[in-house]
Amino acid sequence: MLKTFKRYLDTFLLYELLKGLMVTGRHLFMRKFTVQYPEEKTPISPRFRGLHALRRYPNGEERCIACKLCEAVCPAAAITIESEVRADGTRRTTRYDIDLFKCIYCGFCEESCPVDSIVETRFFEFHFENRGENVIHKEQLLAIGDKYEKQLAEDRAMDAKYR
Amino acid sequence: MIQFMLDIWNLFPDWSQIAMINIGKIVLILVPLLLSVAYLTYAERKIIGYMQVRIGPNRVGPKGWLQPIADAGKLLFKEIIIPTQASRYLFVFAPILAFAPALAAWAVIPFTDKMWLTNIDAGLLYILALTSMTVYGVIIAGWASNSKYAFLGSLRSAAQIVAYEIAMGFALVGVLMAAGSLNLREIVLAQSGGPHQWYLLPLFPLFLVYLISGVAETNRSPFDVAEGESEIVAGFHVEYSGMTFAIFFLAEYANMILISALCAIMFLGGWLSPFEGILPAKILAVPVIGTVLGNGVHWLLLKMSFILFCFLWFRATFPRYRYDQIMRLGWKVFIPVTLVWIGVMGGVMFLTPWGFIFH
Repeated sequence: MLKTFKRYLDTFLLYELLKGLMVTGRHLFMRKFTVQYPEEKTPISPRFRGLHALRRYPNGEERCIACKLCEAVCPAAAITIESEVRADGTRRTTRYDIDLFKCIYCGFCEESCPVDSIVETRFFEFHFENRGENVIHKEQLLAIGDKYEKQLAEDRAMDAKYR
Repeated sequence: MIQFMLDIWNLFPDWSQIAMINIGKIVLILVPLLLSVAYLTYAERKIIGYMQVRIGPNRVGPKGWLQPIADAGKLLFKEIIIPTQASRYLFVFAPILAFAPALAAWAVIPFTDKMWLTNIDAGLLYILALTSMTVYGVIIAGWASNSKYAFLGSLRSAAQIVAYEIAMGFALVGVLMAAGSLNLREIVLAQSGGPHQWYLLPLFPLFLVYLISGVAETNRSPFDVAEGESEIVAGFHVEYSGMTFAIFFLAEYANMILISALCAIMFLGGWLSPFEGILPAKILAVPVIGTVLGNGVHWLLLKMSFILFCFLWFRATFPRYRYDQIMRLGWKVFIPVTLVWIGVMGGVMFLTPWGFIFH
């Protein structure tokens, strides 16, 4: 009897609704966690998977040996590789294309690579202005690799003991 | 100079002088109203943002103050797309029909003891008549769009508005009984004498019913099934774009402001100061402090802002009602509650010596 009365009282005085309002009311005065993106940036992990790059050895020779493991493992079939045997008897790529629209940035190519050639950089703020620019070629990938080599080497070294 | 201007003024015939004065007053009411509608959208995004522990719009202008202007500019220049086989004239007419009553109702709102556009005796009746006009805009929009989502949304909205209209009307009957007048100015004056005289206390259940029906009436969350985006995209205004959509948007917010103004007038003592009857008359006679603490339009605006804040607060807090629950609440809870309370009021006022509780 008393319980029913209390239930009715709670219903008509909107007790639970007021409790809900109190929660949002408290949140109104909480500290805000928004990161003001272009001015502030969150820290990025060394394992971050951003734009792709092809790396070189310190002597300037490109690492990629055209084993095509990345092409095979790529779940989105974004990588296209053509290769030839060079005059010195080593196998190198003549074409290494990544379609960035197909790519899902899973990082499998990076993991499958036996020579740490194809990697993903921390750089993620890229854009295209024309049709066709979404497919990036070997020269572009190598250029990106050259540009971020220091950071890439550091990141690999930091992660080396877990690999 | 002043004499010269007065001479020009006197050249106009009487009727045109009256017309000009009234148009001036209308502009004085509508321009701040439209501005506050624009900034209410900004306030909504900001407040809901803060309640969700984020910042809200802060890019356009300092702290995002120009955001509503940018939004309005964008909508103004967008194309108005009229769907094939839509009823062209009704399609364009519907937003106007939704928006006009929200503005027209301001004609009878008294801002202070001496400030109003018109002071008609059946003000409350006029308000009730006009607020129920909004539903036509919604129904016609849904019908003219020739889209099933729009049609479903408009039917939902129509049924909901009609259901809550009744509860709202009954809540106002309580106010009418207590004040003994349909004139909004006299309703406020009947509440003078301090905050304990405001109808908030003696008519508390009716206040709650009115506030909640007001939320339902304006199709605001948690009663926003009419535009529930997870079910029927955007309800009655799916097919609208550009300025026609903007008018619907304005209508919703203008209605919110209207409901809050009515709520402040009927239950929170309108322009009356909460310090009236508490602070001695001596303090209220001091020049600046007296104006701030005494009766005035700023108290009406403050009360309205508080109720508008509650509208936004509700939206940030409550999940959307299921459709049958909305109907149950309207027909099976609110209408009986208001009826019982009106009966209790009438009984106490006429049969017992405690009628002074309700005046």
